[in-house]
Amino acid sequence: MNIIEKILANASGKQEVSPGEIVEANIDVAMTHDLTGPLAIKSFRQIGAKKVWNNNKVVIILDHLVPASSIISAELHKIVRNFAEEQNIENFYDVGRGGVCHQVMPEKGHVRPGEVIVGSDSHTCTYGAFGAFATGIGSTEMAAVFATGKLWFRVPDVIKVNVTGKFQKLVTAKDLTLNIVGRIGADGAIYKGLEFDGSTIRDMSVDGRMVLANMAVEMGAKAGIIEPDQKTLDYVKARTDKPVKPIKSDPDATYERVVDVDVSDLEPQVAVPHSVDNVKPVSEVEGMEVDQAFIGSCTNGRLEDLQSAAQILKGKKIARGIRLIVIPASQEIYLNALNEGLIKTFMDAGATIGNPNCGPCLGGHMGILAEGEACISTSNRNFIGRMGSTKSFVYLASPATVAASAITGKITDPRRNMEKVQ
Amino acid sequence: MKLTISGKVIKFGDNVDTDVILPGPYLVHTDPTELAKHAMEGLDPKFPEKAADGVIVVGGKNFGCGSSREQAPIALKCAGVKCVLAESFARIFYRNAITIGLPVLVCAGVSGKVKEGEELVVNLQTGKVEDKTTGSVLQATRLPAFIMEVLEDGGLIEHLKRRIGQNE
Repeated sequence: MNIIEKILANASGKQEVSPGEIVEANIDVAMTHDLTGPLAIKSFRQIGAKKVWNNNKVVIILDHLVPASSIISAELHKIVRNFAEEQNIENFYDVGRGGVCHQVMPEKGHVRPGEVIVGSDSHTCTYGAFGAFATGIGSTEMAAVFATGKLWFRVPDVIKVNVTGKFQKLVTAKDLTLNIVGRIGADGAIYKGLEFDGSTIRDMSVDGRMVLANMAVEMGAKAGIIEPDQKTLDYVKARTDKPVKPIKSDPDATYERVVDVDVSDLEPQVAVPHSVDNVKPVSEVEGMEVDQAFIGSCTNGRLEDLQSAAQILKGKKIARGIRLIVIPASQEIYLNALNEGLIKTFMDAGATIGNPNCGPCLGGHMGILAEGEACISTSNRNFIGRMGSTKSFVYLASPATVAASAITGKITDPRRNMEKVQ
Repeated sequence: MKLTISGKVIKFGDNVDTDVILPGPYLVHTDPTELAKHAMEGLDPKFPEKAADGVIVVGGKNFGCGSSREQAPIALKCAGVKCVLAESFARIFYRNAITIGLPVLVCAGVSGKVKEGEELVVNLQTGKVEDKTTGSVLQATRLPAFIMEVLEDGGLIEHLKRRIGQNE
């Protein structure tokens, strides 16, 4: 069996499972947030449930509209806060205590290899970077999980993506991820699992692996997963005392197909409006004017991303007429970025810094686009209206490309005129 | 839930995402009628008007891709969508639609053969899709029995309530 089959078999008390089979799995961790949580709580009440199945296995994080951006969002926060209190949810991360849910989950030790994790957010698949089976579900299904601790899954076929080669300077995990989304397509992995493997993945940092797993859903995948190794265990064990039982694929594991990717010649990639799989090498879109640049989100708001952007912005000013918005993904990252001087670099360049939260990624607040405006963003979706007006445009790229573009006001290859960068 | 659904077709293309079905800024609303006012706003702001009398939405590949927002199928259902037929569905949208009692059927060839404004009759039990306007018949993939049970109960909440009731 492959890693996903083994985790699902383990969680449903079976010796063996195969693709297409429906299993009822025990859930190890269930996560919800301020935009899908209130509906989950409403459904929980409607079902007639009184207590969550295990208050230590539920994690609630306020992150989408934080601090409250309107009276309505304040009311939503109140609903969630009251529920956390009523249900005695210890792992409740209120305003100022956490940040973007998919960063806070692993950072606070709620993600462990081999576990089954559900979240009422599509980017829950991010935790696959740690060898967990993690997937997004709807609010009412979350209510059912809250009540029973179980959920049914169809065991997916799994596509293996085997990545080899060494990245060129300033080509990053995000460029690889966008390239893979472009190859597989926005619907290329519907209902399937994606397992990322190969020497490039093994060389990659935990931060980089999270980018790959995060965007698995942009190919329609149910889960993206990376086998745990020493790097995974070092990260996880530093953050939780709970026992960790890593699960790996068997040597004779079967896959629907294997996709081979060599990154040796990969150049920075950009996903152009209005589809995530509309991916082009940066050289084909260089010079497109942008009005806003955003560095942040569950895809690219981590320390490594901020370091990458800062080395490009150091000593430079962003172009006149450009807004650069930087939002560290968590309180911990924010503090580290402050201590390393990255925040000062951004502010000196003319950036505005936001508190850890989802920010403009989903058009909620903190940088909504007007009609006709374009934004180059490190986030994960460039759908029509995603960051504001239905007549605005979102280009997805790496933190390095976004930083370089903020300096020129146009989409720019970060390798251009950056020879000094180490 | 009626097992036979009929209505006029409103058609969309491939990769209809949840941000166009129900744009992010409206996720703060919990009232379905408020959500319905913004259904499909990203592609056609007049959609709620057109759908009000009850329609069948036809989509291409990967219908409902993107976020996990259950508010997307709720907005469609409350706006008057009786059923969605598509070449394929994104996974979370598919599960959410069943959960809230909106029938969604995979129907190979539907996006090529059916045109906007045509009158369809969909039999949820058999998966037969009749185009009353052209007389052609398509076969959608039948829904498994346990999904039909959820739909017949009107969604997961009613289904769970009924099951809990039976156990007591």
